[in-house]
This record gives sequence, structure tokens and C-alpha cells, in this order.
Amino acid sequence: MTGRAVLRGAKRVALYTAAAVFTVFAVFPFYWMFLTAFKQNRDLYVGATNLQHVPWIFNDPPTLDHVRLLFFGTPYLVWVKNTALVGLAVVAITLGVAVPAGYSLARLAGRWGERLGIGIFLTYLVPPTLLFIPFARVISLLGLQNKLGALVLVYPTFTIPFCTWLMMGFFRSVPRDLEEQAMIDGYSRLAVIGKVVLPLAVPGMLTVVIFAFTLVLQEFVYALTFISQVERMTLSLGVPVALVRGDVFYWGSLMAACLITSVPIAVVYSSFIDRFIAGLTAGAIKG
Amino acid sequence: MSSGPQAQVTLAPPAPVFARRTLADRESVLGPLMLAPALVYVILLVGVPFVLAILLSFSSATAGSLDFNWVGLRNFTRLLSDPQFHRSLGNTLRFMLVSQVLVMVLAVTAAHVLDAAFVGKRLVRSLLLLPWAAPVALASMAWVWIFDSTFSVVNWTLKVLGLLPGWLYWFGEPGLATVAIITVHVWRMFPFATVIVLAGMSAIPQDIREAAVVDGAGFFRRLFHVNLPMLLPVVTVAVLFGVVFTATDFSVVWLLTRGGPYNSTHVLATLAFQRGILGANLGEGAAVALFLLPVLLVAAVVMLRLARRAEVGT
Repeated sequence: MTGRAVLRGAKRVALYTAAAVFTVFAVFPFYWMFLTAFKQNRDLYVGATNLQHVPWIFNDPPTLDHVRLLFFGTPYLVWVKNTALVGLAVVAITLGVAVPAGYSLARLAGRWGERLGIGIFLTYLVPPTLLFIPFARVISLLGLQNKLGALVLVYPTFTIPFCTWLMMGFFRSVPRDLEEQAMIDGYSRLAVIGKVVLPLAVPGMLTVVIFAFTLVLQEFVYALTFISQVERMTLSLGVPVALVRGDVFYWGSLMAACLITSVPIAVVYSSFIDRFIAGLTAGAIKG
Repeated sequence: MSSGPQAQVTLAPPAPVFARRTLADRESVLGPLMLAPALVYVILLVGVPFVLAILLSFSSATAGSLDFNWVGLRNFTRLLSDPQFHRSLGNTLRFMLVSQVLVMVLAVTAAHVLDAAFVGKRLVRSLLLLPWAAPVALASMAWVWIFDSTFSVVNWTLKVLGLLPGWLYWFGEPGLATVAIITVHVWRMFPFATVIVLAGMSAIPQDIREAAVVDGAGFFRRLFHVNLPMLLPVVTVAVLFGVVFTATDFSVVWLLTRGGPYNSTHVLATLAFQRGILGANLGEGAAVALFLLPVLLVAAVVMLRLARRAEVGT
């Protein structure tokens, strides 16, 4: 009996240890951003050969200097504004295109709906890596280099396929009976969509907004290809590329920018991740 | 059904309904109309550039001018005898395979941990998701700083633990740079795979799991004979997306090493950027990127199979 208790205790210890190891691995870079963002320079730039100086903690009182420099001495706020503009435009386009398409595929396209839906979803697998070179030519033909318009035009290529697929799933989950009942009551199909279906699909549309926005925030390749002017950059391009002066990295401000930008996104995103996963695995999991 | 008067009663009112039966009610028009913008967008801005990518790879197009000269297979034959291209192709496959094996081992383990009951489980789960949710370009910069040649906390910790006699120049040596790149890939992808596997585990019927326990199957028997076989479709999805995301990744390699040292860590994506955009040789860049196509085709075929399975299954 005690042997069994020991075994169970050992299992608990192993479980908690494993959970701790995974968490530390996942969180460590964020902890590092945090430390770097608030450390004084003399605490920060101590070579790793000095074994007496422990880099894992604040050895001197934390400072807000790097954050101040980031906000008032760098174009960070301009990038925030650019990102917000591009994000809003892309979200609007995505909603306007993906919501009707999702409904059409779920309800109106019949047996072709499924196949077309999968076809549209598969375009999500065509990566920017394959398309940035032809786009470089298209963008220069359109005269959109160094313009935020280039990003607004191109980003929906990955938000629309995924969000159409998401919305299709959402509309499928709206009970058909509700719609049919409303149509028997004399509403047209369009009126049913407006008055019955869309209110029920608000959580779905919210998910689309979040995903479209975070996908925009995550994007790097297209931004790097189309934008070279610092004032036209978005956050995910400007922070890694333009917070360097010559060969000198301003690590304090750089990590402050990474922390301030990624933590809010990560928190919002992870609260929606189950829907994202449900969209990706539709088919592999039978629920 | 056939009683006359009743049929008349139901037929009498429709007049106003017919009057309202306009465009708003004709589903054969409404359906395509609502779908059209999405289709047009996808065809014009994914389909056309995709074809353009293929056409460009057969041309000597440059970024500077707008002319388009057909050169046949010249870009491809030149690449096939280019050692740097071979290296990039090898790196793409190596980074992808090694990181995906590690990711799957970690993900299945982490999913089993998260499947058990313990205090703080919800918190651990949401913390585990951070690497996947954070913008990859910014997270990569944190790793650049972590692996810094003079200030690396990894070096400091190894030194203090007495595990490091010399010094590690992470981005100065091809082997170490590879380790760094794969570390970041694994860090970024394992949370995503964990959540997918976890979703699959919660879909395994509880009675099957309990039956295995009752029959006296130990942990590893349950893992290899019950859980993993039942998880296969969902693990396939996780691997599939992992493969597509790592094989086509540009940001991690570009920000960590720029393909260096001595062009030893280039992957297809970064080489395509270097040749096509920085080197202004669009044709050759397009040809490099096109070698990703087989990976994507395999992924698409597997996706279609899974989708068909679901169609039959429901």
C-alpha cells in the first residue's frame, strides 16, 4: 500500500516537473524581453563571461528609459498607426468578402459548396514564400511600392481563405429550421440572413476580426518585400528591421517593443485559439 | 393531400409572397453572387500570381525593368549545378524534418501532461500557447538577443553549470546556427501541435480509454496501442501544418542568420529572397521558390483525403 502511494507521489512529481519544464521553455523568451526592456544599461550589457553577474534577475533597480526612448525617440508610434490602418482595412475587406462567401458555401451552393470550400481553404496553403516574387512585380506595375495600399491589397489573400472556411463552419452550425421557419413566415432569404443568421453569427464574425487582425500583425515577408521606407513600415517589420542604428542594436527598446506588441496579441489570440484549431482540424476530429 | 378545398385554402394567400419574390429570394442567383467576391479575390490575387510565379521562373525578368524574356529551363539548370542551392534545399528539408520530429515528441508528451488533472492546468495551457500566438518576427528578435555572441544568457548559464569549457558563437558557426534555428522552430510550433493533439485526445471516447485501463494496459501500451492510433488523423493535421509552416518559413532564418554564416543556413525561402529581391533576379528567385511546390502538393493531397474522410464519415 505504501509502495503504491510512493508510486503515485512519484507520478505527481513527474507530472508537475513536466508541466514546469514545458512552461519555462515556452515563456522564457517573454521573460527575457521583460528583463531586457526594464534593465539599466550597466546591468544589461555585462558580458556573459562575467560569472559573478547573474543575468536572470534585476541587479540594479529597473528603469523606464528604454520604453521612453521607444515611444519618443523612435518611429514606434508611427508603426502602431500604420499597423492599425492596414489592420482595419484588411479586417473590413475580409468581413465583407468572407461572411457572404461562407454563407453561400454553407447554404446556397449545394453539393458544390463543400468542394469549393475545400478549394478556397487549400489556397491558404499557398504560402507568401511562393508568391512574394510575382507580387513584387505586380506591386511595382501598380506603382504601390512603399505604400500601405500594397499590404491592404495583398493581406486578404491569406485572411479571406481562412476566414471563409471559418464562417462556413459557423453558418453550418446555425439550425436550418430557424431559417426555414422565418422563410415560411414570409421573409425573403436575404431578410432571413440579415435578421436571423447574422445575429447568431456574431461570435463567428468576432473570431474573423481577431484572426484577420492578428494575421496582419504577424506578417513579415510581404512587408519586407514591398516596404523599405521606415515611416511606412508596420510593427512586425519596423521593430526587427529599423530599430537598429548602423550595427548597434538598442536591445532595451527593441525588447520593450517586442514585449508591448506581442503580449496583448498573444493573450487575445490564445483566447480564440480553440476556434482556430477547430477550423484547421475539421475533418480529422469527429465531434 | 388530394382533397380539393384544402389545396385551394393553401393556394389562395401566396399572391403577395410571389410579389416579393425578387432577387432577394432567388437562391440560384444569390448563392453565386455572395460567393463571387471571394472567388474573384482568390483567383486574381492567389491564382494569377501563382501562375505568374511559374512563368517568371522560365524568364530572365529582373526587378528593375518590366520586360519578360522567355529563357526556358535555364534558371533551373543553373540552379541544379549551384552548390548554394543544394545547400538550401538540404537545409529546408533538414530543418523541417528535425524540428517536426522534436515537435511531435514534445507535443504528444505535453498533451498527455495537459490531459491529466493538476492544479494550475488552465494557466499552464494558456502560457504554453504564447509562442504560437506572438508575432514570429518579434519573437525571433528575442532569440537573436538570447543567442547574442557576447551577452548570451545560454552561454552564461552553461558556464555557471560547468558544462561549457570554451565559448559558443551561435550565429558564427554553421552547426550552432542550425541548432539555434531549429530551437526557434520547435519553440514556435510545439504549442500549436500540442493544442491540436489535445483536441484529438478529448475526442477519443472515454469508454475506450477506460476499457484499456480496466484490461490492465500500462501507460506505454495505452499510448502506442490506443491513444496514438486513434490520434493518427489529428496528428496528421498537426504534422501537415507544421511541415508547411516550417518548410515555407522565411522570418526565423532571415532574422536569426540572414542565411549566414557563409551562406550555410539559407533555406529555399531566404535564398529566393536574396536572389529574387535583393539580387533583383526575379526569374531565378521564382525558380528557387518553386522547389517548395512538391511539399505543398503533398500537403494539399493529404488535406483533401482527410476532408473526404470527413465527408464520408458524417
